[in-house]
Amino acid sequence: MSGFYEISEKDKGELVVHFNGRMDIESSTSILDELHSMIAQKSPALLAVNLENVTYFDDFGALVLIELKNAMTTRDSGFKIIGTQGRTKDLLSLVDFDAFEKCLLAERKRSENIIVSLGAETLTQVSNLRFLVSFVGSVFLSFLHVFRHPKSLRVNDTIACMEKTGVNALPIVGMTSFLLGLVIAFMSSLQLQQFGANIYVASLVAVAMVSELGPIMTAIVVAGRSGSAFAAEIGTMKISEEIDALVAMGFNPTLFIVVPKIIASVIVVPMLTLFADLFAVAGGLVVGVFLLDLTANAYISQTLKALTLFEVCWGMLKSVVFALLIVWIGCLRGFQTRGGADAVGNSATSAVVSSIFLIILFDSIFAVVRSFW
Amino acid sequence: MEKQKTIRVTNLSARYDEEVILEDISLDVYKGEILVILGGSGCGKSTLLKHMVGLSEPFAGQVYIDDVDITSCNDQDFRSTLRKIGVLFQGSALFGSMTISENVALPITEYSTLSKDSINNLVRMKLCMVDLAGYEHYLPSELSGGMKKRAGLARALALNPKILFLDEPTAGLDPVMSAEIDELIVKLNKSIGTTIVIVTHELDSIFSVAQRVIMLDKQTKGIIAQGDPKYLKEHSQNRVVRQFFNRSAKSE
Ligand SMILES: Nc1ncnc2c1ncn2[C@@H]1O[C@H](COP(=O)(O)OP(=O)(O)O)[C@@H](O)[C@H]1O
Ligand SMILES: [Mg+2]
Repeated sequence: MSGFYEISEKDKGELVVHFNGRMDIESSTSILDELHSMIAQKSPALLAVNLENVTYFDDFGALVLIELKNAMTTRDSGFKIIGTQGRTKDLLSLVDFDAFEKCLLAERKRSENIIVSLGAETLTQVSNLRFLVSFVGSVFLSFLHVFRHPKSLRVNDTIACMEKTGVNALPIVGMTSFLLGLVIAFMSSLQLQQFGANIYVASLVAVAMVSELGPIMTAIVVAGRSGSAFAAEIGTMKISEEIDALVAMGFNPTLFIVVPKIIASVIVVPMLTLFADLFAVAGGLVVGVFLLDLTANAYISQTLKALTLFEVCWGMLKSVVFALLIVWIGCLRGFQTRGGADAVGNSATSAVVSSIFLIILFDSIFAVVRSFW
Repeated sequence: MEKQKTIRVTNLSARYDEEVILEDISLDVYKGEILVILGGSGCGKSTLLKHMVGLSEPFAGQVYIDDVDITSCNDQDFRSTLRKIGVLFQGSALFGSMTISENVALPITEYSTLSKDSINNLVRMKLCMVDLAGYEHYLPSELSGGMKKRAGLARALALNPKILFLDEPTAGLDPVMSAEIDELIVKLNKSIGTTIVIVTHELDSIFSVAQRVIMLDKQTKGIIAQGDPKYLKEHSQNRVVRQFFNRSAKSE
């Protein structure tokens, strides 16, 4: 037994607990644990607590008294507090027992009925869908507005966004594509060497990169770098009421935030893709020259022979579409953010995951369209 | 008998980068008193509070809490000092991903071994104190600014700290609610002897809770007055101080 109290037995079935010293955060746990098991063991008909020798009492102490009282009343037994004169009275004044008990009773639970939560979930999904459609609409309207009033475009923001999304992404895009070109050339040479068709390594690298891998790799890097940043930036603005402030000042948030990002990305992502293609060809060239004994001239002329203008334009078209997808999802997730810091994190994650999925989905659609052309 | 000093700030200078906010400030907070720090907007009240809690490193000077120099003590001492204090931040600083009751329960679960039910009851008692009963399951983003303030206060009170720092506890509250919070502050001080340092501009609050005030000034970057607010209002030699207490405009 801890030294926070002493128990004396008066008449039959009546226990008196004399508390002494502090009734605070340190003592309340052991008092509660011990007295609960004591009550269960002895089941007294009346429990009296004596607070005469208490030197410090705060709401942790009040918690002890309230819980003891509840334990006794659920057993149909009595409970009373004695020794509340003098100094103890001041200590108890902070604690309004009646109000506390009322609070404890007045717990309002939010309903957790399955049907209700199913309905609520459906409603959120529907409103998300509606928002998705209306967001596309508002982007279109904003673009119309920009065409009619070119001055309303925030040029500085657009240029800053081009730098962040494009220029700053160049090293990582260049590096990954170079390595990718290297790997494709090396792996395909293992097969092609058997037929003495080393020179076709150049065609393979060029075609694979320009029409497929270049746009996809670039889009995935941009989604990871910028899509998440868009979502986090707009999400933070949303939860800190900055978006509301924009609206209140008469700005259109789509025009203010989304349009610069769309314009910047649509310009910059195809350019990044072009760089990715070049770096990949350079990677293939390194393998061709150093491992396959091709001359640089032969490699380059084979590369040019393999590529058609249509192929290059097709790749650019794809990367424009991917850029649109990335910005659209990033901004959408940002605007959908509701709640606190973790909601911003979720939006950023969801923006990356959704845009990578959409990129691959649309790439498949492009492939199908092309094969039925 | 000399009054015991709970907090001693000695020759404190505070800067953000090059910008000097406070210059060579010394002040004491006595055990069990309610001290109000006041001054115009942007004069460094919140900055002073952050230094007193040890959240910002001073450019020069020391802050002692119960004779521990929190600007230079080791990690363990700093933590045991933090255990004694509760802070209400100006922006409430509630965790947005947690409900109100989880916010208040967080320090209690960390520092006590009470059972889950007991903690739940305790949290409801705390919320009841600040008149937020029934909002346990709300997220901070679903509350008004004043309600967030009160939830932040409940969290600061969670462990019944010996020292309480409150940054504008009644800003954004209606007059009735402000008066109730003031009453709660005085009650805490009387019943369990909490030492309370409050930053506020609200004149009504100042006169109803303050036992002593300290007034900061942006121009001098230091303390321009301290003492009993009622006395300062009538008898201060400093025009800025009188203007503040009498709510008059600068061009007088
Ligand atoms: N994180 C910060 N970085 C730079 N300057 C700051 C920072 N926080 C506050 N300040 C400056 O310090 C001064 C005092 O601010 P603060 O202590 O918040 O004033 P108040 O008295 O209104 O609480 C202001 O001039 C403000 O510009
Ligand atoms: Mg402030």
